[in-house]
Amino acid sequence: MTLNRRDFLKTSFGAAGIAAIAGLGGCATAKTGSAGPKVVVVGAGFGGAAFSRYLKMWAPQAQVTLIEPNARFTSCPYSNTVLAGINKMEDITHPYDYLKKAVDNFVPDTVTAIDTTRQTVTTAGGRTFAYDKLVLAGGIELLFDRVRGYDAEAQKTVMHAWKAGPQTATLRKQLEAMPDGGTFVMSVPMAPYRCPPGPYERACMVASYFKQAKPKSKIIILDGNPDVASKKPLFVGAWTKHFGYGTDNSMIDFRANNQPLAVDAKKMVVTTEFDDVKGDVINVVPPMRAAEICGLAGVRDGSNGNWCTIDYRTFESKVVKNVHILGDSALTNFPKSGSVANNTGKMCAYALSEQFAGRQADPSPVVTNTCYSGTGMGTAFHVATVFRWDEAKQSMIPPKDANGISSAESELEMTYMESWAKNVWADTLGLPESYNFTAKG
Amino acid sequence: MKKSFVAPLILAGTLGVAFSAHAVDTRARFMAANCSYCHGPDGKSRGAIPGLAGLEPGYFVEQMKAFRDGSRPATVMKKHAAGYTDAEFEALAKYFASVK
Repeated sequence: MTLNRRDFLKTSFGAAGIAAIAGLGGCATAKTGSAGPKVVVVGAGFGGAAFSRYLKMWAPQAQVTLIEPNARFTSCPYSNTVLAGINKMEDITHPYDYLKKAVDNFVPDTVTAIDTTRQTVTTAGGRTFAYDKLVLAGGIELLFDRVRGYDAEAQKTVMHAWKAGPQTATLRKQLEAMPDGGTFVMSVPMAPYRCPPGPYERACMVASYFKQAKPKSKIIILDGNPDVASKKPLFVGAWTKHFGYGTDNSMIDFRANNQPLAVDAKKMVVTTEFDDVKGDVINVVPPMRAAEICGLAGVRDGSNGNWCTIDYRTFESKVVKNVHILGDSALTNFPKSGSVANNTGKMCAYALSEQFAGRQADPSPVVTNTCYSGTGMGTAFHVATVFRWDEAKQSMIPPKDANGISSAESELEMTYMESWAKNVWADTLGLPESYNFTAKG
Repeated sequence: MKKSFVAPLILAGTLGVAFSAHAVDTRARFMAANCSYCHGPDGKSRGAIPGLAGLEPGYFVEQMKAFRDGSRPATVMKKHAAGYTDAEFEALAKYFASVK
């Protein structure tokens, strides 16, 4: 093996190694100054934020630059409770203050260019950052042009609310303004999409609000999939138990194989292959793919160029070296959940910290998913899975019995769901024990 | 000339790392971190889900085995316990016991 000077300086044994040896008698785990491997992270959601925090704990010598355009973190998980009126936006919004202290450089900006040959990232603000490792945690890009009529003008009144924030707040206001007896039309994208149970939970949450405030109203679910795509017996059970599903008086009208093909925001009509469906409030979630930054880096190689294939052991792109992809953007066996994004952030931090320490990344890693959904009626239920590396299958799959859903909805699981939210927010953002959470179950 | 300068430094760096590797079970530390989205950062829960920090190791292992064989009723934990080996229960127990 030969190393040129540039390669040598790019490794963790480069200048950091020299500093450690000179100053501390060969203790390479010592905190070093500005000479550790340069890691640039794009996106401070569940994946990118957790990655950054844990990498700084496990490889303090790494120089972590975290680039994030939003001023505060707004949680997608739990955002359906805002639509129900259970929580307000401020209850699911948290500061980046603690995360900023955990990394070397927090850059409030948007990435506009990525050069994977020169290994640089450029922002809208005109700054350029060189990297040894680039971590892309940008979530999803919504493909409005795949739904006819869903143009910039239509997007002013038809919300997707599939990225929590102003969209969530506006959709809540629209639901509040809707008269009793009105119709809420919502859609479910074709799998794979962010948060598989999210749309069905949304139907529950909005139904719980209607039941209490506008009981004559209806919800039409236009689902692109052939059936309820997640936790089916539990959602159908909750719709039946609480909202009359299966009776003539059902609040919820579920229509499978009904992908929205067009939206008319003026006439308030969603067109599917079968029907023109009129609504008083329309909520269309368009098809999606890996985030824009993955396009900039040229790593959307999988699933017809929509998602990013990765090596499960390191989360490194299979097509571009030194680019790692976390969370929803990655094409994996994992559901696109907040828990998985948080866990894959740690898995990548673990792999890189091992590499920076001169060791191999763990050849048989473990990742978990625990995902709660609320009914809006004081109960919740889960899906939980452990994924382990399978050498024969060259994939991560659940061992026997390590995958399943709740036997029934319960109040106990609602308290767990609330606790999950607080703990995952604290874990992702480094919120201190004194931090005051206000979200309710 | 360049190589003869570089190689000893790499060797020294590698040795330094090798010594420190004995101090921390990094795999256990990573697996423990996987628990924290429910059980709180470092196993210190902020809500109704029980914390894991400082638990007595024998108790931790017993509970995980009881979740796995169904003798302790559970919501999510039967599935999680089925995903780990006995040796991993021991490693996780040791890690959480060490968290102050």
